[in-house]
Amino acid sequence: MGEAVHRYDETMPLEYRTEENRLNILGFWIFLGAEVVLFATLFATYLVLFQRTGSGPTAQELFQVKDVLIETLLLLTSSFTCGLAIFEMRRGRLAGLLAWLLVTLLLGIGFITFEVREFIHYVHEGATMQTSAFLSSFFVLVGTHGAHVSLGIGWMIFIIIQLLQRGLTVKTARKVFIVSLYWHFLDVVWIFIFTLVYLLGMVV
Amino acid sequence: MKWSEFFVTGEPLIYAADVAIVLTMVGIVFVLTYFKKWKWIWNEWLTTVDHKKIGVMYIICAVLMLFRGGVDALLMRAQLTAPNMNFLDAQHYNEIFTTHGTIMILFMAMPFIIGLMNIVVPLQIGARDVAFPYLNALSFWLFFFGAMLFNISFVIGGSPDAGWTAYFPLAGNEFSPGVGNNYYAVSLQISGIGTLMTGINFLVTILKMRAPGMTLMRMPMFTWTILITCVLIVFAFPVLTVALALMTFDRLFDTQFFTMANGGMSMLWANLFWIWGHPEVYIVILPAFGIFSEIVSTFAQKRLFGYKAMVYSIVGIAFLSFIVWVHHFFTMGAGPEVNSVFSITTMAVAIPTGVKIFNWLFTLRKGKIRFTTAMLWSLAFIPNFVIGGVTGVMLAMAAADYQYHNSYFLIAHFHYVLIAGVVFACFAGLHYWYPKMFGHMLNERLGKWTFWLFMIGFNVCFFPMYFLGLMGMTRRMYTYSDGLGWTPLNVVATVGAVLMGIGFIVLCYNIYYSARYGERDMTGDPWNGRTLEWATASPPVHYNFPVTPIVDDLDAYWVMKKKQGGFQVKEEELKPIHMPSNSGRPFWISVAFFVAGFGLVFKWFALAIAGALFIVLGLILRSFENDDGYHIGVDEIKRTERAARKGA
Ligand code: HEM
Ligand SMILES: [Cu+2]
Repeated sequence: MGEAVHRYDETMPLEYRTEENRLNILGFWIFLGAEVVLFATLFATYLVLFQRTGSGPTAQELFQVKDVLIETLLLLTSSFTCGLAIFEMRRGRLAGLLAWLLVTLLLGIGFITFEVREFIHYVHEGATMQTSAFLSSFFVLVGTHGAHVSLGIGWMIFIIIQLLQRGLTVKTARKVFIVSLYWHFLDVVWIFIFTLVYLLGMVV
Repeated sequence: MKWSEFFVTGEPLIYAADVAIVLTMVGIVFVLTYFKKWKWIWNEWLTTVDHKKIGVMYIICAVLMLFRGGVDALLMRAQLTAPNMNFLDAQHYNEIFTTHGTIMILFMAMPFIIGLMNIVVPLQIGARDVAFPYLNALSFWLFFFGAMLFNISFVIGGSPDAGWTAYFPLAGNEFSPGVGNNYYAVSLQISGIGTLMTGINFLVTILKMRAPGMTLMRMPMFTWTILITCVLIVFAFPVLTVALALMTFDRLFDTQFFTMANGGMSMLWANLFWIWGHPEVYIVILPAFGIFSEIVSTFAQKRLFGYKAMVYSIVGIAFLSFIVWVHHFFTMGAGPEVNSVFSITTMAVAIPTGVKIFNWLFTLRKGKIRFTTAMLWSLAFIPNFVIGGVTGVMLAMAAADYQYHNSYFLIAHFHYVLIAGVVFACFAGLHYWYPKMFGHMLNERLGKWTFWLFMIGFNVCFFPMYFLGLMGMTRRMYTYSDGLGWTPLNVVATVGAVLMGIGFIVLCYNIYYSARYGERDMTGDPWNGRTLEWATASPPVHYNFPVTPIVDDLDAYWVMKKKQGGFQVKEEELKPIHMPSNSGRPFWISVAFFVAGFGLVFKWFALAIAGALFIVLGLILRSFENDDGYHIGVDEIKRTERAARKGA
């Protein structure tokens, strides 16, 4: 909170120009560090429990390869388009930024739709959260990731509205940048889910 | 749920508590209305984002919680004084030791430490506030409403009764069917989120907002300990978040994480709990080390001995704290290999801790010691904490722990580290920084009375417990039979507890007495301090420093006093100061958390969803807010500074 807050540093990318922005971005990185621990704990829980299937189905019997592959494709692509959005922002092009954010958003919504479909399918097979420790930990781990993506979708919608209202300013640029960090992070988590949950589940 | 189950009934103590709660609430409303203070409390306190006021609110809550936890403790001691007592029944006793432990660690020790760090850290690093003042207010209110939610459990619905460690399967639906453990899971979750945000906030503050010239190795030791504590918070609290979430799922939605059928694994809870729980005990002790370091160096009137060694040992302790958690359940079937590894890592903690002890002793050596109350607490800490640490190393021997585990020996160990470490530090810090917080000193004579009563009472209460443990008395037993030979030591322990209670009452009286008659601190530097917080007025003006101080050595203010006779502010150097605006939103977002949490506790999901929607609404409003704070003009700064410095 100094006078420095309002001194602009023109050599930096838009989102790094004020001290306040730099603090926010660092704070968000640390928050992502905490999120890493959170997901690491969920992964550990899953790995401890995933062979404890009780009287319920095993991972191999259950998982839907097709849906999972589509989800993966959608989310990985959305991370790429999110990167393009930041690229456009760095070049100061609001229209390009908005367009790529919108694409990212749609891909994200597609991901969630397929994930919900996948979950509904499992529940119809009789595999619910209550069935076994394996399924409890599966639904909570993958569901926590899904909840994060849903939150990210809502968040991105509000940032798009602010971009439309206020244009590309130091503040909106920071918000876009931070939501993009969040989005890439969720992508990384998904890669771990894909390998440690689905791939491992299909072979073990 | 029937209404007759909603309110806890059938206990005279509970009815008395009901009456007391209603009377207190009516009293507060009456006083605020009568003195026309509603506006004041809203504008000055409930909506504040000032780190100093937030710190004061944390400490007020901590002292209230110390009272609540202390009453629990005295009730337990009353029940255990003699064999076959009927003062509390087994169920009531279970509830009381559970709430005692949970409250003392999470709602007393944590907020006390966080309160002190809120007040002191920005001042020590020469900053005007924390990095995220709005978030800081949200952290406080989440803690506050989490604590409220936990505390209403004993009159509404029933208290948790599975211990502060809430081990499964005991804490599961099968053996704990009521709402008590829902309260535990939900309220700790809410205040835990607040703590995590505090950790992030202070990490950024300390990393990015230090005064020019204050390199990491010139930071005051208290700030160092807070920096490392924040790292611990960021890495440990998410584990608690997950553990509590899984517990909530098991209890509310019948999942199978920790159950005994369908693949559930109760040891998973024990592991998750202690992966957070062990770092947690260091989250409260490291700041305590920092407080003692400041006080010892100030009142020995010497630079802290072995500053670098101190820093490295804090880092070492923090690292080790993540790889020792299994020592809490050596007896639960981990096997000799695993136990040996964790046995050794645990003993290793004693090495950096020992380094710190010697550094304090060497700081004292040849110092011109002033025996103030704050210093007495710090001096008493050293031998008492060593007793706790040495018995900790005894517990760390896995084979021997089969004998000590869950006996009163363990109880004595952790009270020796937590009380002689953390509580002594809180009292020491309170006396030391009180003038900075309120502009007047705490009375020294009363302070020394509290010290002697509490310190002697503490030893009388807890030292016999080591022997009770060796004689076979296990923790959490609500009564014992005659003829075991435990009675005399139990009577002694209760006497000690009463002495501690009296010491606490003297402390409360001291707060009242000093507010009325206490010596005012006109200088801002009553102790001849060494660090930058003493360069401000007491209490500091809301922007802390009119100009940012320049630091060129450790003990920045001490050096300033030597070189320039103090912190010099030239009026022509003043510039407008940017400050954040107050906001009521952190308060009502936290109310929404409370409502949602209450809904979850009773499985009233409509209420929980309504609360959640309000939380989301609050976040959206925050995102759309376009408030850049305000500027204080140079003229106003001049006026404020002249008024604040009149005494100096
Ligand atoms: C040299 C340092 C220390 C060592 C070697 C040590 C060792 C241990 C061991 C082995 C146990 C488990 C004993 C059992 O359950 O049978 C234990 C319990 C405990 N320790 Fe320490 N400790 C040390 C310092 C501390 C400090 C600094 C604190 C807190 C500020 C602390 C707080 C606790 C608590 C709260 C428990 C028991 C919790 C419970 O079961 O409810 N310890 N300690
Ligand atoms: Cu431990």
